[in-house]
Amino acid sequence: MRHQLARELGDDALILGHRLSEWCGHAPSLEIDLALANIGLDLLGQAQFFLGLAGAAQGRDADALAYRRTEDEFCNCLLVEQPNGDFARTIARQFLFSAWQELRFAELAGDADAQIAAIAAKAVKEISYHASFAGDWVIRLGDGTEESHRRMAEGLDWCWRFTDELFAGESAALRPAWAARVEATLAQAGLPTPKPVRGITGGRVGRHSEHLGHILAEMQYLPRAHPDAVW
Amino acid sequence: MTAILPLWEVFVRAKNGLSHRHVGSVHAADARMAIQAARDVYTRRMEGVSLWVVPSAAITASDPGEADSLFAPAADKVYRHPTFYVVPDNVKHI
Repeated sequence: MRHQLARELGDDALILGHRLSEWCGHAPSLEIDLALANIGLDLLGQAQFFLGLAGAAQGRDADALAYRRTEDEFCNCLLVEQPNGDFARTIARQFLFSAWQELRFAELAGDADAQIAAIAAKAVKEISYHASFAGDWVIRLGDGTEESHRRMAEGLDWCWRFTDELFAGESAALRPAWAARVEATLAQAGLPTPKPVRGITGGRVGRHSEHLGHILAEMQYLPRAHPDAVW
Repeated sequence: MTAILPLWEVFVRAKNGLSHRHVGSVHAADARMAIQAARDVYTRRMEGVSLWVVPSAAITASDPGEADSLFAPAADKVYRHPTFYVVPDNVKHI
C-alpha cells in the first residue's frame, strides 16, 4: 500500500475542504455558498477515504490523522492551505488545483494499488465538476467587469507560485496537459498567463506556511480539548 | 450580487419515468450557470437525475384577478370527475 501517497492526497483534500467550509455563510450569493460547501464536502469525503487508508497500517483511523497530527506531519501541497482571499482568489486556487487533481485522479484510477485506484475512480467524477465549475467562474470573472478582471488576475498571480509543487515526483508528466487546459481557459477569459515565478515547495515534506497552523488550531481545537467526544 | 442576476425556475426529474417537477428558483447569468446552481442547490442529496431551468421571465402566469372566472366554475361540477361508475374487478390498469 502506498501510504505516503494516500496521506498526501488525503491531506490535500482535507485542508482544501476546510478552507472552502470557511465560505459557508459568507459567499457572494446563496447559490455560490452552497456550491463551495458542496465542493468542500466532496473533498472531505475524499479525505476520509485516503486518510482511512493511510492510517490503517498503523491502526489509526482518519479522525486520528486529521485531528492528532501537528503541522509538520501534514503533507498537503502549499496551494490548498493558502487563505481564501476574495472570491476570485478562491476560484483561482480551486481551478488550478482541480484541473491538476482531475488529471492526477484519472491517472490513479488505473493505479496498481487497487484501493487507491478505486477511490480515485470514484472521486474523478466529482472533481471534473469542480474543475468545470471553477473554470467557468475564471472565464466569467476574467471576461466580466474591469474590477472582476483585475481581481481574477490578482488571484491567479497569488496562487501561481504554488503550482510547481503539484508536479513534483510522479505528477511531473501531467504538466503539459494541465498547462494546456489552464492556458485555454485563461485565453477564453481574456486573462494573461501569469509570468513564471520561482515556485515555493515544501508542503509534501511537512514544511508549511504559517497558515496551516491557524487552520489546524481551529480544526483540531474541539477533538484536542475533548478527546473522543461523541454526540 | 443576486440583485443583478436574472431569476431561473428549476425543475427536477426525481427518477427516470417521472416528470420534471418545479422545486424552486436560482439566480444565474446564463443557462449553464443556472444548471450548475440548480445542481448545487436542489440535487445535492440525490434528489434528481435530470434538471430543467427556465428563465422566470419566460413564464406567463394566470392573473389572480381572473381566478374567479378561470377556476371557480370547476368547483361545483362533480360530474366532471369519473367517479360515477364501478370499475369491474378484473380491469387492472385504470
